[in-house]
Amino acid sequence: MTSGALDVRLAPLLMRLFPDAQPRLTAQAATVGQLIDELDARWPGMGDCIRDSSPAVRRHVSIFVDGHRARLDTRLAAGTDVYILTAISGG
Amino acid sequence: MAKTVLVLLGTKKGVFILESDESRRSWALSGPFCETWPIQHAIGDPATGAIYAGGGSEWFGPAVWKSLDRGRTWTHSRAGLTYESGVAPIKTVWSLALHDRSLYVGVEPAGLFRSEDAGATFEHLDGLQKNPTRPEWSPGGAGLILHSIVVDRADARQIWVGISAAGVFHSADGGASWEPRNSGTRCDFLPEDQRYPVFGQCVHSLVQAPGSPRLYQQNHCGMYRSDDGGRVWESIEAGLPSSFGFPAATHPRDPDMLYLVPLNGDSKGRYMPDAQTAVWRTRSGGESWQAMREGLPQDGAFFGVLRQALATDSLDKAGVYFGTSSGSVFASRDEGETWSCIAQHLPVISSVETLVLDEATGAS
Repeated sequence: MTSGALDVRLAPLLMRLFPDAQPRLTAQAATVGQLIDELDARWPGMGDCIRDSSPAVRRHVSIFVDGHRARLDTRLAAGTDVYILTAISGG
Repeated sequence: MAKTVLVLLGTKKGVFILESDESRRSWALSGPFCETWPIQHAIGDPATGAIYAGGGSEWFGPAVWKSLDRGRTWTHSRAGLTYESGVAPIKTVWSLALHDRSLYVGVEPAGLFRSEDAGATFEHLDGLQKNPTRPEWSPGGAGLILHSIVVDRADARQIWVGISAAGVFHSADGGASWEPRNSGTRCDFLPEDQRYPVFGQCVHSLVQAPGSPRLYQQNHCGMYRSDDGGRVWESIEAGLPSSFGFPAATHPRDPDMLYLVPLNGDSKGRYMPDAQTAVWRTRSGGESWQAMREGLPQDGAFFGVLRQALATDSLDKAGVYFGTSSGSVFASRDEGETWSCIAQHLPVISSVETLVLDEATGAS
């Protein structure tokens, strides 16, 4: 796999926290972790919303890469669809 | 100058704000704010009018929210509000405290942070993590939470924190180093010959009396007063209906006046004793107590009041306010003599604080 342009979609709840963010964007990253770094560089603070200090994807955040649930070290190929979603949670 | 009184409510579903003029006869409710995040504590800065709210989202983790316009708009930050990798991440913000321009932040798992730029960035005061007792701290029912922060009004190097269930800790150097200060507070949940340990007490709330070094605490096991900075604690529970409760609030000017809300017990449902609502007031530093009930529900009160959900305001006569686990807010504008319900049907109320502002300037 090689790094390349990714097609990234952000959860609506993230958009409410970062109103200047784009709900759908392209980015360059070789792994999910690097993609989160890229998002944090564009919208400071977003990285910590998606990834905790373990470090790991937050328990109630789901990242899907080409339809499969991903981890921080999941590699990303050019043209990959990435969805960053909020999981079922609350009470 | 005419004043506006804000009652700041942290709830399970965001911040709500009650607003009144200084007569405190009519209240307008606004909210929910902070994207309906669970908010453990919301406080106001009387010097600037800023409102800060600390909480944590199940999705996105901890943050401190800030409003400069009485709640109409909010920003949020978590910059620096993190532990190092490899340890349990911060789940939520639990407590906030202001001292001059410093904003102190307590979190779960227990730790203390400070912001010197009005909530934009945070620095970890990591001395607590280095305390030799730290590996033996055990969580209380709400988790291993740093829920109370007392910064001495005269000397910011003197800090006390309350951690459930590790006890009270004191720093004399601004948070660099800490020692347990629990002598005289008991642990009824330990074997009979081990009920006064050095640390491990389940402190529920910790407050400092006005104009005095005196501390008060509501513990899982009793109510206490200390006149020597927490070195020795004296029980003040005689005359109260139980030894169990969560919040404590001081009068704004009288160091001998304290308000508590005892519940019926830790294993009996944790609601109002006999399902009859009362705030208990002492005018004598805990030597004697008076139940303040006029206007409060005296039948079927099966609710509790959480550890940060009792507050006073700075007016004369002082207002007293508490929020319930069933989403009601009760207020007294005469120091607890009479009460009325000023909001109901809200989410579970985690915290109640007040902010008194000059209407013209927005600051007190």
